[in-house]
Amino acid sequence: MGNLHIIHRSLSHLDILESEAIHIMREVAAECGNPALLFSGGKDSIVLLRLAEKAFRPAKFPFPLLHIDTEHNFPEVIDFRDRRAKELGERLIVRSMEDSIRKKRVILKRPDQSRNAFQSVTLLDAIAEFKFDACMGGARRDEEKARAKERIFSFRDEFGQWDPKNQRPELWDLYNTRVHPGENIRVFPISNWTELDIWQYIEQEKLEIPSIYFAHPREVIRRGSSLLPVSHLVSPMEGEKIERLSVRFRTVGDMTCTCPVESTASTLQDIIIETAKTRITERGATRMDDQTSDASMELRKKEGYF
Amino acid sequence: MKNIELLRFITAGSVDDGKSTLIGRLLHDSKSIFEDQLSAIENTTKKRGLSGVDLSLLTDGLQAEREQGITIDVAYRYFATPKRKFIIADTPGHEQYTRNMVTGASTANLAIILIDARRGVLTQTRRHAYLANLVGIPHLVVAVNKMDLVGYSRETFESIVKEFEGFASGLDIKSIIPIPISALAGDNVVERGQNMPWYKGETLMGVLENIEIDHDINLEDFRFPVQWICRPQTGEWHDFRGYMGRIESGSIRVGDEITVLPSGKTSKIREIATYDGPLLEAMAPQSVTLRLEDELDISRGDMIVKSDNLPKLSKEFDAMLCWLSEEPLEMGKRYLIKHATKTAKILLNRIDYQVNVNTLEKEEGLDSLAMNDIAKIGFRVQQPLASDSYRHNRSTGSFIVIDEVTNNTVAAGMMI
Repeated sequence: MGNLHIIHRSLSHLDILESEAIHIMREVAAECGNPALLFSGGKDSIVLLRLAEKAFRPAKFPFPLLHIDTEHNFPEVIDFRDRRAKELGERLIVRSMEDSIRKKRVILKRPDQSRNAFQSVTLLDAIAEFKFDACMGGARRDEEKARAKERIFSFRDEFGQWDPKNQRPELWDLYNTRVHPGENIRVFPISNWTELDIWQYIEQEKLEIPSIYFAHPREVIRRGSSLLPVSHLVSPMEGEKIERLSVRFRTVGDMTCTCPVESTASTLQDIIIETAKTRITERGATRMDDQTSDASMELRKKEGYF
Repeated sequence: MKNIELLRFITAGSVDDGKSTLIGRLLHDSKSIFEDQLSAIENTTKKRGLSGVDLSLLTDGLQAEREQGITIDVAYRYFATPKRKFIIADTPGHEQYTRNMVTGASTANLAIILIDARRGVLTQTRRHAYLANLVGIPHLVVAVNKMDLVGYSRETFESIVKEFEGFASGLDIKSIIPIPISALAGDNVVERGQNMPWYKGETLMGVLENIEIDHDINLEDFRFPVQWICRPQTGEWHDFRGYMGRIESGSIRVGDEITVLPSGKTSKIREIATYDGPLLEAMAPQSVTLRLEDELDISRGDMIVKSDNLPKLSKEFDAMLCWLSEEPLEMGKRYLIKHATKTAKILLNRIDYQVNVNTLEKEEGLDSLAMNDIAKIGFRVQQPLASDSYRHNRSTGSFIVIDEVTNNTVAAGMMI
């Protein structure tokens, strides 16, 4: 009986955000015929997994985990992804962009081109293959201005497309999950969380995260205002030189366009302090693909990106 | 970690009232705008041939909006101070977007109604106040903006407040907080400024940080709509059967006597289970798993309540309805209702009257409703629903109406 305690206080903002996310996941499980949870090994989807444990344990998750692998991912993250799925004893489905390239569903101009935008093709193919009617993802509204206008239950037509002008009204916590065959919804249980909330929750729950989120020495190239990590896909152009700096990643995605920030934060506490003080948005600092134009994310979402 | 509270609010007003500028100001002065966002809007301001930083550009999210210079949908913004985390639902003020305001308002603790000091109380001001009240927002801030353009005149402010209060006395608003501000210059938003020494009240940020919100949630009446049944049926959990859901209102303790609705069967709480271990007591809005002393037949859509505090159980309801769809309401057509965790067929059988949200006059004798119409209606449900009046309980008094053919959400309803 050691765990029993009585609540004498009002709930914290993290308690309320957690309960909201659990409620959303249970609605998906109960009302959607064949849902999946998108798990990349990144920090937001790591939080989603803990929320799913809170929502469904002691039973198994009533959905598989799905990863759309660009094969441009950091090896530390892929190792972590596989290990975490195994520890949880949950089914992990991986669909790779190589398959889409082989089937000529994706045609790259250059082999080292960023693959983020093409994830949509592989994702839509996986949705069709498994007949998923709902995919839960770790997107947050504070990440980007197109996300800020998206519903928690985001309806997609039979082409997988998002129509920002024609979204279903979303009132109270009453989610309309009904779709016609071929249509599907994307569900974002942590829509209302910010980057800082995520880090505070990771600390509160003592969640393990891939090592590249912590400060480590890495070879990078300065390009514009970003630091590009040197890898087999990224090497210096003329006039650029390789530097070895102490950096950490704020997001983990395609290696060709995900940039670390200079940092010496080696613990979660350090990261929380840095996040609270930072003056640059998460995507602004770390995603080259969102800097292409003012509407990059909006355009990608209209193509089926999550 | 330090406990901070969560406050959700909406801003209602048109582009011309300076709503986007106000939100930009709140974010800017609370240091919630990031440098890259600031440099992006500086660039855009320059591209449009203007100078300085147009803070309204921060909230204009979509390409379509930036092209047209309008706000077309509800956008959510986040910022935090050491006292609270804030979620803003930014809703447009145009006439055709009543549905967006109702959407944004449905989860808000507080509404900021913007009035242009030069124009005073307008039709849209009345509409916004009526809607905020209809949706049961407990706190209303009347922000009289553009005070810099009326010479920071106390008389202008007071006469606008008087006119607003006159109108609002016909409504049932609990607390109205008037504040004279200039979103452009920053007066009384986060910083007090030098221009209105006659104003002794709190700044807008002061109100947002300090207003009491503990009582916004109903902590009296325990209501637990069952979302999901947990039956692992494996190994050590072979006999585990738990009812998962979120406590929508009230609180519950181990040993409490409960009733399951609509069946009326009774039992006692054996355990309040969570991933982090069992609790002796839990309260709204926690998500928990309830285990009962007895094996009862309970499924999703049922509601667990305390036996000494029962909601209304009925198939016949009166409600206020806000029609959201471009397809008008058709009497006699079958619709679905989603109420708590239950979805059921309904028959709308009466429109008592429609409310003209501009004059608050009631119009009778209608047999259809169009988008943005608000009406008192009567309906019958196929199966009995356990509900409370919306005034008493926002969670168990609210519902949405879904068109069974198109699957669209066509209306939002509030039980009377």
